[in-house]
Amino acid sequence: MKHIRNFSIIAHIDHGKSTLADRLIQYTHLVEDRQFRDQILDNMDIERERGITIKSQTVDLPYVDGKGVEYDLNLIDTPGHVDFSYEVSRALASCEGVLLLIDAAQGVEAQTLGNLYAALEHNLVIIPVINKIDLPVADVERVRNEIDDELGLDPDTAILCSAKEGTGVEDILKAIVERVPPPEGDADKPLTALIFDAHYDSFRGTIVSCRVFDGTVRQGDTIRLMSQGTTYRVEEVGVFRLGREPQKELTAGMVGYIIAGIKTVSDTRIGDTITLDTHPSPEPLPGFKDVKPVVFSSIYPIASDDYPSLLEALEKYKLNDASLVYQKDSSAALGQGFRCGYLGLLHLEIVQERLEREFDQSIIMTAPSVQYRFYLDDGTRVDVDNPLYYPDPGTIKSSEEPYIRASILIPERYVGVVMKLCMERRGVNSHLSYPTPGRVEITFDLPLAEVIFDFYDRLKSITQGYGSFDYELIDYRESNLVKLDILVNGEKVDALSILVHRDNARDRAVKVCDRLKDEIPRQQFKIAIQGAIGGKIISRSTISAYRKDVTAKCYGGDITRKRKLLEKQKKGKKRMRIVGNVEIPQSAFLAALKTDDE
Amino acid sequence: MSRYRKAHSSPPSRQTMNRTDLPGLYVHTPFCKTRCPYCDFCSGADASLIDGWLNGVLREARMYPGARPFDSLYIGGGTPSLLDGLQMAKLISGLNEIFRFADATELTVEMNPDDVTREKLECYRSLGVNRISLGVQSFVEEEVRFLGRRHNALQAISAVEAVAGAGFREFSIDLMYGLPGQTIEAWQGTLEKAVSFSPDHLSCYQLTVEGNTPFVRMAREGKLVMPDDAFQADLFVTTSEYLTGAGFLHYEVSNFAHGAGKVARHNVKYWQHTPYLGLGPSAHSFAGRKRWWNVRDAARYLESIHGGHVPVEGSEELSSSQMNLEKLLFGSRTIWGINVRDIVPPPSEERIRELCDSGYITYESRRILPTLKGYLFADKLPLMIL
Repeated sequence: MKHIRNFSIIAHIDHGKSTLADRLIQYTHLVEDRQFRDQILDNMDIERERGITIKSQTVDLPYVDGKGVEYDLNLIDTPGHVDFSYEVSRALASCEGVLLLIDAAQGVEAQTLGNLYAALEHNLVIIPVINKIDLPVADVERVRNEIDDELGLDPDTAILCSAKEGTGVEDILKAIVERVPPPEGDADKPLTALIFDAHYDSFRGTIVSCRVFDGTVRQGDTIRLMSQGTTYRVEEVGVFRLGREPQKELTAGMVGYIIAGIKTVSDTRIGDTITLDTHPSPEPLPGFKDVKPVVFSSIYPIASDDYPSLLEALEKYKLNDASLVYQKDSSAALGQGFRCGYLGLLHLEIVQERLEREFDQSIIMTAPSVQYRFYLDDGTRVDVDNPLYYPDPGTIKSSEEPYIRASILIPERYVGVVMKLCMERRGVNSHLSYPTPGRVEITFDLPLAEVIFDFYDRLKSITQGYGSFDYELIDYRESNLVKLDILVNGEKVDALSILVHRDNARDRAVKVCDRLKDEIPRQQFKIAIQGAIGGKIISRSTISAYRKDVTAKCYGGDITRKRKLLEKQKKGKKRMRIVGNVEIPQSAFLAALKTDDE
Repeated sequence: MSRYRKAHSSPPSRQTMNRTDLPGLYVHTPFCKTRCPYCDFCSGADASLIDGWLNGVLREARMYPGARPFDSLYIGGGTPSLLDGLQMAKLISGLNEIFRFADATELTVEMNPDDVTREKLECYRSLGVNRISLGVQSFVEEEVRFLGRRHNALQAISAVEAVAGAGFREFSIDLMYGLPGQTIEAWQGTLEKAVSFSPDHLSCYQLTVEGNTPFVRMAREGKLVMPDDAFQADLFVTTSEYLTGAGFLHYEVSNFAHGAGKVARHNVKYWQHTPYLGLGPSAHSFAGRKRWWNVRDAARYLESIHGGHVPVEGSEELSSSQMNLEKLLFGSRTIWGINVRDIVPPPSEERIRELCDSGYITYESRRILPTLKGYLFADKLPLMIL
């Protein structure tokens, strides 16, 4: 155990976490240079494209120090986005130390702070690493000051590195060995192992990633997942090198995997404790939480006969993503679909993209919603995350919506615009602090519903990319909510209904009507698009009728061309949704539901 | 809806409509002295290549031995009237040696007004040409110039006069409308002028900005502003009403015949799935369920011919559903409409009633017949019927 170190890298988005992980792997010769593919740990397409880690992966780095002593350095990768903060916290709970990575040009940002607090909560040794020192705009001195003033860490302990060029990597490995304490634990005590991640493998079922705190687990043992009481027989245990490497056993202090015939990832819970069925631990490890989705939206197949295929895709997708929840949903306009719950907006986007790319689905996603609470006259409370189930407004006594506390770190010159943005988004309880000269930390209480719209994009754009943002859910607060309906030629398009704060209803209605106007092709008759609350019309736009759809010539080569166009339109017609007598293309739904202002 | 009168009362019978089941022959002449800015047709080959092309076409013709007799020959282009008397003679007599033609075959040559001379007309007539299609486009000077034609308005008038007086069995005038800035009055003036020459047939094409043409580039750069669809629809209705009033039959979206017997026999074959053979670069052919087309490029066309190969660029074999779709497409554009028994599965009674009620079609003895409003939506109608 003396020769094990368990650590994570934590960083603000884009500060170079994946690149550093790659360098560490390369340095410890786990992979031959020629097989090296940049950002080995991020192996989903979306991860590589967006430069973020979605699904964390773990790797055991073999390291020999100057005196010839061999160490196992377990790098526990963490997802780098607030949507996955619970998963991050479980990864951190499995470590004894972290590398806190800070970009030498950008300096400390909102997520740096958030990450630091999370690491401190777990009493981890923190090694600050200033990355990207090769950049011409790198300002190491300023970053050292920020480490001192904003993070309260000793700036002299910071290691300078350029993950891109590979400088400082040796210093980092040395510091991990020297500063991060070896894990403690007793291999003879009852087994307690923390699940910090789970992956699905189509041959082996669920591969559970865990950190063993006490005890030992071997092939053939019967394990029990403590939160659910389910038991499984262990088929294999091992550690992560570049692939899985089976071991005889996992014992206290080790990080590795267990394969135990667990069918789906959803059968496990991140944060749960694994113990032995025959010799159980009296207490689970602390910190287990059942994560609840916070953002909801429905998914419909574009062609309604694709519903079975979408169902199959969701089932497959769910094998590897336990945090997505879904149930059947149906809409008059879009037919049969699914209501889904997500950890956040990024999670929603990931699900959408992966369903489209990896599972080849063409889908329409409805506007994201948070979960609202309605208190009715009869004293009951209904929680509504789907506008379809908005209660009869005559029976609502009061309504509430979830709030978050946003923490925004910006250069001082942007205080004005950021304050304005937050106020527009119904922010309250603002608080300003000046951690270092020239920099401001603003905290605001904001309705979550306002943040899941384009908030982060707007923040980035008004601060020219300098603003950084972190948030946590705090509570529910009273709010004046209404249901906004969209009508096309007098018929309600239920899939476009949204729940909004009364003050925002008109703006939203106008925007949606305008977008639909741009996207619905003109038809042989006039089309009225209206936004309405109850029976009251609050916005309107009109698409004029077109009077002619015929081209002049139809000879020789025109015939094949025209027929092909018809064939294409015939196919496209399947993808149109007919509301009343109006054909609405998929693009119109997508545009209406888009949250940003491009 | 009153402005959308029915295009016709009931479809004229088969005989009176100049329709036959015999195949048609088309020859594509890929030459133009200059290229018109709206034209994406296969044209532009150097006129010095005419003799080579002529040999090529005749060689290609010989690649189809044993063809059934044709009852139409359409020499189109490009500009067939660039052929001098000798060249035209060689072409027509050459084809006569290779193929059989029925009695009273319709033999059309397309002409440009600036190529029209009495001598040429006399020569063509003596070769058996019995129908001239004259590419006038407009009688308004600015419009003629805008369209980049080589003639002017006066030349256009004297060309029509010459053709009208040359003793052909039939002649047709091509006009173009929907030009930027064109008023209803100006267009009606052009129509009146055309009718005053008592043509047997008129083709009135709405200017379409498409393909790889200078007009497309101009439109993209905002230098060409086309009339909106509402105004185009008005022009279309004006055209139909005016010519119908003058005794013309609006038998296809862009075509008008002065009486049922003057329908362009050759062109109708395109819309009836009647077989036709196309010779020359880019020409299309159809037989049975097969359609094929020649290479576009004149040089490559000749290369292929002289190498002893059929110069075919591509082909398609129509499936039943594709045949269906084309029947709907043709039927939506022509006075003969769609025989519902030809469509599998047949459209529902309910759908037919809806379309009748909204004025797109009439329905008589199991035929769906497009109204004038139906013509206006002919590109959309097939999918509305399905």
